[in-house]
Amino acid sequence: MSGRPEITLGPLLFNWAPEMVREWYAAAARCAAIDRVYLGEVVCAKRRPLMAEALEEAAATLTAAGKSIVWSSLALPASSPERRCLREQVGAAPGLVEINDVAALAALPAGRPFVAGPLLNVYNEDAAAELQRLGCRRLVGNVELSLPALAAIGAACPDLELELFAFGRLPLAISGRCHHAHLHGRRKDNCQFVCDRDPDGAATATLEGDAFLAINGVQVLSRAVHLAAPAAAELKAAGITALRLSPHGGDPAATANAFADFYAGRIGAVGLRAALRAAGAPDGGFVDGFLHGRAGREAAAALCG
Amino acid sequence: MLREAVDAGADSVYCGLRDETNARNFPGLNFSPDELVEAADWMRGRGRKLLVAVNTFARAGATASLRRAVDAVARSGAHALIVADLGVMAYARRAWPELRLHLSVQAAAGSPEAVNLYAGTYGVRRVVLPRVLSVEEIAALVAEIEVETEAFVFGGLCVMAEGRCALSSFVTGRSPNLAGVCSPPEAVGYTEADGVTTSRLGGLALDRFPAGVPAGYPTLCKGCFQASGVTGHLFEEPLSLNAVGLLAALREAGVTAVKVEGRQRGKAYVRRVASVFRRAIDALDRGRDPAALEPLLTELAEGGRQTHGAYRKSWR
Repeated sequence: MSGRPEITLGPLLFNWAPEMVREWYAAAARCAAIDRVYLGEVVCAKRRPLMAEALEEAAATLTAAGKSIVWSSLALPASSPERRCLREQVGAAPGLVEINDVAALAALPAGRPFVAGPLLNVYNEDAAAELQRLGCRRLVGNVELSLPALAAIGAACPDLELELFAFGRLPLAISGRCHHAHLHGRRKDNCQFVCDRDPDGAATATLEGDAFLAINGVQVLSRAVHLAAPAAAELKAAGITALRLSPHGGDPAATANAFADFYAGRIGAVGLRAALRAAGAPDGGFVDGFLHGRAGREAAAALCG
Repeated sequence: MLREAVDAGADSVYCGLRDETNARNFPGLNFSPDELVEAADWMRGRGRKLLVAVNTFARAGATASLRRAVDAVARSGAHALIVADLGVMAYARRAWPELRLHLSVQAAAGSPEAVNLYAGTYGVRRVVLPRVLSVEEIAALVAEIEVETEAFVFGGLCVMAEGRCALSSFVTGRSPNLAGVCSPPEAVGYTEADGVTTSRLGGLALDRFPAGVPAGYPTLCKGCFQASGVTGHLFEEPLSLNAVGLLAALREAGVTAVKVEGRQRGKAYVRRVASVFRRAIDALDRGRDPAALEPLLTELAEGGRQTHGAYRKSWR
């Protein structure tokens, strides 16, 4: 693994059929380029029972293949079923837990180490240091953070591992309302799980047809795919040791291999984009504005074409 | 503006410093550090409370500006500091142990677990409730926490959980968390073609208005978009929150204070809204239901249209 950053798969954000979950993670398990996999429901407590068994199986398959597993937990627990879901997720997890809401800290036994997920509001070195004091071992940067911002956190917290959201539709917002249910004339309480119709989220466009956002249950994502692959030296300078690839319907092995090939120098920016498209990346184009301190929808570096 | 709110019956007024350290970084009810001292004095003299928000998230490498803002608030003699950033909270607790802390809505603490963690770790005394909870859930939450609660009852309606939304920075580069603005004015534009006005944010079409219909402000989550064969306001209609009719239920739920968004508004608006809520709360105190006052505020709502938002479970 000389020189290349650790490659991780973030938690699955979508509502996939159990069979698709099994197949997708079985393919991931066969890919040598993937080092760590985050599993668990982050978006909607109602989905958890649907995919729980398939995710348990995936954990077993991935562990057998030598991948490390981290269990991710819910982003916006408010109702009592959501709070129960969070307690079960955090309480039942055998190893390291990724938290995406401060409520999870209360459910974690004191002193137990954790990963701070990208949906927590950690924007600066003071907040990162505070989380570290509470047991945070790794911080997955909030997607709004630029590379210099991550570097400032890395410089102030040298013992904190930093993971960069490197590939996928950007998780931009989360709501009390289910937008997917709303789209189909339903409500959260009688949603009939319509979010299962869109394995990468329901693509939205403006009235003039510009690609815009993607709806995923209570979550809103960008429609464009965020693509961040700074040079290895830049990652090192910022203290970033891992790149997170957020699961989409495309081939996980081909996606991870594209990054591995890029960092091994076997392909360049054009090759990376082509390989990601061939692996089945969702539509909407590539963007990286946040990484460069600009609007997230911009393609700021040559990497994004 | 402070005077208008107090004369019309507000018990407390929240404000910010005139910079990006608060989530309403707009002209209006924001002060310099010196003005803050004056305002805090003036309020105290009238038995009212000044609450100051330092509730954006500090930029990495520039956390000193938020620490300075905390210092300014602590020195001003204001009643409380409203905070959202863990680092700012930790600093305030360490540097100013006597300073009363309120948890900003930007911290999106929607569960007793989160509230109790902030209370236990940083001594937070009041939490501003995120607009994701129904009245029933607020009652359940209040029963499981020790600290006071504050609920928004009138004004803008965030569709997404506050503090957990990067839609504005995705489109414009500036958002509430880091810059204290949402769908900022400098990104707004209107174009006209064939008698139809299109409202735009960062150039993107957010909505269309036929001739004669006033074009609304292009707030991202209230725009008109297309998905899965549907064209419409996919996230929320351009509505604003009016919960006068729920005041009795909110009091019953144990909510300590109700909050009106007023910092981006004119004096007449502030006076009008504050006086209606004063009358409503006084009516409640006399055992009467103030729901009948709801229509008085209707014309102040965005486009005259309003909602109870997440306070009613059916909104979800």
